[in-house]
Amino acid sequence: MKRTQVKTVLVVAAVAALALAGVARADEAMAPNMSKVLEINGEKMITHTKAPKNIPGLSEIYSGWLFRSPSTQTMETDDIDNPGMSGEAMGEIEWANVDGTAGKSCASCHGDLAKMKGVRTQMPKVNKAGVLWSMENYINDCRTTRMGAKPWKWSGANMQDMVAAISVQSRGMPMDVKTDGKAAKYWKEGEKMYYTRYGQLQLSCSNCHEDHYGDNIRADHLSQGQINGFPTYRLKTGKLTSIQNRFKGCIRDTRAQTYAEGSPELTALELYVASRGNGLSVEGVSVRP
Amino acid sequence: MMRKFALSAVACVFAAGLAQAETIPPGKVVFGDGGAVSESLTGVPGDAARGEKVFVTKSEGNCVACHQVPILSKVQFQGNIGPVLEDVGNTYTTAQLRGIVTDAKHTFDGSMMPSFYKVSGFIRPGDGFTGKAAKEINPLLTAQQVEDVVAFLQTLKH
Ligand code: HEC
Ligand code: HEC
Repeated sequence: MKRTQVKTVLVVAAVAALALAGVARADEAMAPNMSKVLEINGEKMITHTKAPKNIPGLSEIYSGWLFRSPSTQTMETDDIDNPGMSGEAMGEIEWANVDGTAGKSCASCHGDLAKMKGVRTQMPKVNKAGVLWSMENYINDCRTTRMGAKPWKWSGANMQDMVAAISVQSRGMPMDVKTDGKAAKYWKEGEKMYYTRYGQLQLSCSNCHEDHYGDNIRADHLSQGQINGFPTYRLKTGKLTSIQNRFKGCIRDTRAQTYAEGSPELTALELYVASRGNGLSVEGVSVRP
Repeated sequence: MMRKFALSAVACVFAAGLAQAETIPPGKVVFGDGGAVSESLTGVPGDAARGEKVFVTKSEGNCVACHQVPILSKVQFQGNIGPVLEDVGNTYTTAQLRGIVTDAKHTFDGSMMPSFYKVSGFIRPGDGFTGKAAKEINPLLTAQQVEDVVAFLQTLKH
C-alpha cells in the first residue's frame, strides 16, 4: 500500500520533470490509465484487482494490457482486429485433426474444444506423478503417449496455436493456479528465482516488474510481467510467443545464461508468475509490441 | 639530427605516460567511505565528450536506459528508473561519482544500477546478450570509459 503511494508521487514527479525538460518520450511511455477496462468482443475482462495474499511485494495487480499504447490496446478488443487470432483458428482446426499412429485427434478423446474451458486458469499444475507440468507438457503427453504422434517444439507455431485455442476457452475466467499441497515446493522454487539477480547486469524479475512497473527502461514501458494474456502475439516478430520464451528473453536481457524452454526451472517460475496474476482474467491471445 | 632528437623525445614521453598510467584492474579498486573511489582508475584524465557518448550509446554505458539528463534533450526515450541527473557535478565529489559508476552497490545498498567495473560475483553470467554461458567476463565499461563518464557527470551542474 505504502509502496503504491510512493510510486504515484514518483510518477507525478517524473511527468513534471519531463514536461520541464521537454525530453522526447515514446508513445508507450505515457503514464497508463490504470482504470481503463478491457472488453474483448464486448465481454469485460478483469484487468485490475487486489494482489493474492501470498504475494507481499504487490498490493494491486494489473494486466499487461493496461501498459500498452492505445493502438496496441485496441487490437485486443475484437477478435477480427487481433492478429493473433489467426493462429488460434489454426489451433481449433488442429484440435480435430487426426495425427499419429493411433489414428486419433485431440477431439477423439476430449470431444468438443469448449470442454477445455477452465483448463488455462489452472496451468501450470502438478500431474498425477507429482511433477509440475505446463500446458505444453500436457499437450505433448497426449500427442506422444495417446496419439502416437511426434511431440511439438515448445515454442513452435503448431504448439502455440494449440495453446492459444485452449486458452481462449477460458477467456474472462480469473487465473487460479494452485500454490499449496504438491505445488508448494515448485512455487517456492519459482519465488526464489523471481527474486534472484541474474547475469552480469544483476537484475531480478522483481527489479523490473515489481519495483519499477509503470516506469520506463529506455523506450520500454514496464508492466508487472503478468502472464494472464499468453500466448502473446508480438507485433515485432509477427507470431505467437510462449510464456517460457518470454521468460528466456528477459533473463537473456540481464546478460545471463538462460534456461531451456520446458526446463524444470522455467516451469517452476511459470507457476510462480502465474500465481502473481491469480484473479486476473485469462485474455486468450494478447497483443504486444 | 634535430628531427631524430624530437622523435626520440616523443617516444620517451609516450613511454613515461604508459608507465605512469597503471590501470587498476576490476576487483582491485579500493572503495572508501560511502563507496567513494579516490584514485583514478587509469591516471589519464577523463574526456567529458567521450563520456557523453558512453552515457548515451546502447552498446556502451546505456545510462539513458535508466536516467534522464535534461541537457541531452535530443536523445530520445530516456528512462526514469534512476534519478534525473542534472546537478550531480555539484552534489557529488569526483571520488563519489567514480565509486557510483564503478560499482554503485557500495554507495546505494542493493541498488538496481549495474556494476560497470566488476568481473566476478555474478549468478549465471552470460556471453553478452546471447543467452549462452559466459566464456570470459569483461567489465561492462573499460577503466578509461569509467573515467570519461565521470568527467561527463562532473559537467552536469545547474
Ligand atoms: C531489465 C528489465 C527486465 C527484467 C530484469 C525482466 N524483465 Fe520481463 N520485461 C521487461 C520489458 C522491458 C518487457 C516489455 C514491457 C512489459 O510488458 O513490461 C518485459 C515483459 C515481460 C513479460 C510480458 C508481459 C506482457 O504483458 O506481455 C513477462 C511475462 C515478463 N517480462 C516476465 C519476466 C520474468 C519472469 C523475469 C525474470 C526472470 C523478467 N521478466 C525480468 C524487462 C525486464
Ligand atoms: C538499470 C538501471 C540503471 C542504469 C543502467 C544506470 N543507473 Fe545510475 N542509478 C540507478 C538508480 C536506481 C540510482 C539511484 C540509487 C539507488 O537507489 O540505487 C542511480 C544513481 C545514479 C547516480 C546518483 C544520482 C543521485 O542523484 O544520487 C549517478 C551519478 C548515476 N546513477 C550515474 C549512472 C551512469 C553514469 C550510468 C551508466 C554508466 C548509470 N548511472 C546507469 C539506476 C541505473
